[in-house]
Amino acid sequence: MSGRRSAWILATAAFGLVAWAVLSLPTPAPGLTDRAFAALDDSGVTNPVTAVLLNYRSTDTLLELGVLLLAVVSVWGLRPSTGASFGRPPGPLLEGLLRILVPLLVLFGGYLLWIGAFAPGGAFQGGALVGGAIVLAVLGGLSPSRFGDRPALLRAGLAAGLAVFSCIGLSVMIAGGWFLDYPGRSAKVLILIIEAAATVSIGLTLGCLFIGGRPTTDGGPEPES
Amino acid sequence: MNPAPATLFLLVGAAIFAIGLAGVFRDAGALRRIIAVNVMGSGVFLFLVAVADRSGGRPDPVPHAMVLTGIVVAVCATAVALTLADAVRGRGDQDPDGGGR
Amino acid sequence: MAVSLVFDGLLALLILTLAWRAVTDRLQFRAVVSFVALGLVLAVTWFRLSAPDLALAEAAVGSGLTGALLLAALRRWSDRDADSGGSSTRSEP
Repeated sequence: MSGRRSAWILATAAFGLVAWAVLSLPTPAPGLTDRAFAALDDSGVTNPVTAVLLNYRSTDTLLELGVLLLAVVSVWGLRPSTGASFGRPPGPLLEGLLRILVPLLVLFGGYLLWIGAFAPGGAFQGGALVGGAIVLAVLGGLSPSRFGDRPALLRAGLAAGLAVFSCIGLSVMIAGGWFLDYPGRSAKVLILIIEAAATVSIGLTLGCLFIGGRPTTDGGPEPES
Repeated sequence: MNPAPATLFLLVGAAIFAIGLAGVFRDAGALRRIIAVNVMGSGVFLFLVAVADRSGGRPDPVPHAMVLTGIVVAVCATAVALTLADAVRGRGDQDPDGGGR
Repeated sequence: MAVSLVFDGLLALLILTLAWRAVTDRLQFRAVVSFVALGLVLAVTWFRLSAPDLALAEAAVGSGLTGALLLAALRRWSDRDADSGGSSTRSEP
């Protein structure tokens, strides 16, 4: 079919172009490595990726948390309610496994959050594990409508990361500085607070994205409020 | 162990991007196109990380942060795209998987 | 020295093969599985390219959660097709 063939021709042309650009890059590549590592002592953390995410380019991470929230809002807007449950009720083996795994995953997510300051880890990795715990629980029989029992709490959790991040940024500005310009030695503590809120938010967001609908208490459409 | 040859993975990243691009233009249904877009994204990530690894001893952390952001945003976009495809499918009269094959 | 080169070569070959299958496989289910496997191989590649934070995130989110989303969508769509009496769209030409 000519449509498919032209797709592959386009792909080959794209690859040729990018390969030519790649092979004409200078070596060693100029980058921001030296400047990033030079400012590491003042950044409050020792893991350079965390420093970039939460200090040097903190506004980008703020906007990313906004994108996460936007994704949940979009999915909830497109699909008004979610079904009662995802799969069959779990057998005893699966239930026993989940009783061990889900709390362990949440604990490990918290561990990754803490260790992100000085080793590979951080808010996103910890949040991913928490989200995975939610996905496991839902697949193992937890009814998604349970998330609709306290909608205000769920929404607060989803917005917590963005809210805490913005509040800290604004309060730093009020205390006399630029937006998100952590003053003096407080960078370490502020980054930890922001990352903790972000972990909760990311975990809940990923779980809600998997559930795929606005959770209602009885599985029916949410009443107009 | 020797450091990985970054140039090899640069080219692999470009190839994956091209494969994903071809997949997007093939008229093969919503799910396959979403997978193809994700493959394109993975190609870009591989490219960025390989570029980061080229700068001497320590890897450049800025592209790492960009790719981390990219991974999370890609999964959000995939979730929204799947929900959109679901909404289009649900109409019944317009099948997004039909059309030229 | 040759060992690391062989390892990198194998990784590159795996990535290319999995990406090819994810895009061109006849069965949708196999394409999704190839994509999940691609994510996991990429996680190993991130380790090889000195990016352990990315490896953690890719394995959990990029491969795991995206795979779960795709499989859930696939099941929803084949269920809906079965309900409406049409033929299953799991295999497409």
